[in-house]
Amino acid sequence: MIRQKVAGKAYKECIVKRAPENAWRDIPGAHEEVVKEEKKTYTKAQIRKEIKMYRSYVKSHKRKERIDIAGKIIGMLICGMFAFLFLTPIVLTFTNSFMSPSEISSNYGAIFSTTSSGGKVYISKMVNLKFIPDIVTFHQYFTALLKSPAYLYKFWNSMIYVIPIVIFQLLIASLASYGFARYTGVIKKIIFFLYIIIMMMPYQVTLVPNFLVSQFLHIYDTRFAIWLPGFFSPFAVYLFTKFIRRIPESLFEAARIDGAGEWQIFSKICMPLCKGGLVSVAILIFIDYWNMVEQPLILLTNEELHPLSVFLSKINSGEISLAFAIAVIYMVPPLLVFMYGEEYLVEGITYQGGTKG
Amino acid sequence: MKRKNLKSLDKILFENSRRKIEEEHQTHIVNNHHVNTQKKIKQRIISWIFLLPSLIGVLLFFGAPFAVVIYYSFISNPIQHLFVGTANYYWVLRNAAFRMAAFNTLRFSAIAVPLAVVLSLMLAMVLESSIPGKSAFRSMFLSPMMVPIASVVLIWQVLFHYNGLTNRVLNVALGFTKIDWLKSKYAPIVIVILFLWKNLGYNMILFMAALSSVPVELLEAARLEKANRWQIFWSIKIHYLASTIMFVSLMSLINSFKTFREIYLMTGGYPYESLYMLQHYMNNKFNKLDYQDLSAAAILMAGVVIVVVAVLFYIEGRVGKDVENG
Repeated sequence: MIRQKVAGKAYKECIVKRAPENAWRDIPGAHEEVVKEEKKTYTKAQIRKEIKMYRSYVKSHKRKERIDIAGKIIGMLICGMFAFLFLTPIVLTFTNSFMSPSEISSNYGAIFSTTSSGGKVYISKMVNLKFIPDIVTFHQYFTALLKSPAYLYKFWNSMIYVIPIVIFQLLIASLASYGFARYTGVIKKIIFFLYIIIMMMPYQVTLVPNFLVSQFLHIYDTRFAIWLPGFFSPFAVYLFTKFIRRIPESLFEAARIDGAGEWQIFSKICMPLCKGGLVSVAILIFIDYWNMVEQPLILLTNEELHPLSVFLSKINSGEISLAFAIAVIYMVPPLLVFMYGEEYLVEGITYQGGTKG
Repeated sequence: MKRKNLKSLDKILFENSRRKIEEEHQTHIVNNHHVNTQKKIKQRIISWIFLLPSLIGVLLFFGAPFAVVIYYSFISNPIQHLFVGTANYYWVLRNAAFRMAAFNTLRFSAIAVPLAVVLSLMLAMVLESSIPGKSAFRSMFLSPMMVPIASVVLIWQVLFHYNGLTNRVLNVALGFTKIDWLKSKYAPIVIVILFLWKNLGYNMILFMAALSSVPVELLEAARLEKANRWQIFWSIKIHYLASTIMFVSLMSLINSFKTFREIYLMTGGYPYESLYMLQHYMNNKFNKLDYQDLSAAAILMAGVVIVVVAVLFYIEGRVGKDVENG
């Protein structure tokens, strides 16, 4: 006890030694020693050495810079080459669509030798691929749009299929993915995994099911056979759930504390925040269904109902000159959509790769 | 030595972020305990109502019919409904056309998917290294994705015809003999090129996102340690890319199945042997109303796809763990 008290009261004296350079402070009247810098004298050999070193530094720096620039140029070349390869087919389709039928058949006569324009056309043995037409004509567009309404009708068909599918799939998917993203449980996780598997199946696996169902529901050979499976496709659900999961939970919590109902949270908070996602998913759905080939071939026997994607492949051999113009017309809506929503699309793809399903 | 240093720094950063996430998780759990259970159940029910429309549709158009397909694969034919066990599978597996188709499909995927991953990763790395005109290049690479198949097929026929451009360039400029691309053993090459053309941009964007998620401090630290580009790639970036590589190969695999559309539009239902895919086989069986064989083939294909997808997901989960912390 006593010891402790003593120990508690006692102060230990401690001596702190000054650092050697501060030792002058203990001596009264002393001043800090100023170290005079000696002027160095260099010998010639030393100078030469220094210069050599300096030069080597400059050299290595320049080399690094050169490598950097070379790397950039090589990168540009690689990108340029790929860009050229990527764009050639698109540009070719565009320019070819402005050629007159005789020019097309003289250029591509060797390929599509069944061209309908009679025997007088000179057919070269090799294909001449021209980027710039001799005479720019809108003749083919004129034919495609005004003279033969079949193409325009098929184009209209494509629109009729795609637009409702985009709208309804978005609607149903946004609801479902909100359900998936909130209050997750084991059952929901399993169902979500099943959705992913369905999404990943090649179309041919679901070929018979689709056919059977459309017969069962008596929608075989009608537009509904394309529409209804499209509305419920799990693709958008998968993408959208990833979007909604990125919204911080605290935001929903705050809304609930403020007294918002589930529907209000969905429509007033979740959807506005997912605007980018909505656009990008819409674009992806649009491309997917704009390209559909298998579904109409199997579910629609009536050719009047076929979209342009199927129809275009059938006219290839016959009226090749016209096909280019129609291919361009067919290309325009997706490209317009792409130009409008490229940033959103990139964002959407980025999110796709993000958090796992 | 350098590598070791890098890795230890890596680990410290991971530890930190993991701790943060765990803390957040715990506070979250504590908060949830305050919500009373009755409300919780109500919310759960409401969330199921949100799910309902899609669930019904998917069950009706994809789920239940799939069960019918499984049923069909075990019966003799859709009229007699005799149970035949695995006989359908046996006949399908013995069928030479099926084997050829399966081999072609496998070969195509085995060639196209790795190529798509490597090339798009390369493109993404090049684009990420701050070359001028980055966004312009990005749109150029992405644009093929938007071009409708029907339009592409037309130009592809022109390019790869016996008298087409590719032969002309190869023949005149490089002195190769002419090849009938679409009607020879070289046909898959044409399709691989088409596949790459269409999908590289999409994959590239996925990789670019992954590359930009690599923390800058780590790269800076590595550069201070004088790690060269090769080392930086293999000991830092690869960790952050791993899960994306898995995802990209998954998506490429799925897209490689979709190339059937192009092949079909270009060459019809009975193309040259080397282009005869499983999808052709199924399509032709469908046209012949041979449902039981088709069902068996479909189940086999679905099984393979599910296995591959599950394996990829599993690998993704394991590899991605050290970066994403679950």
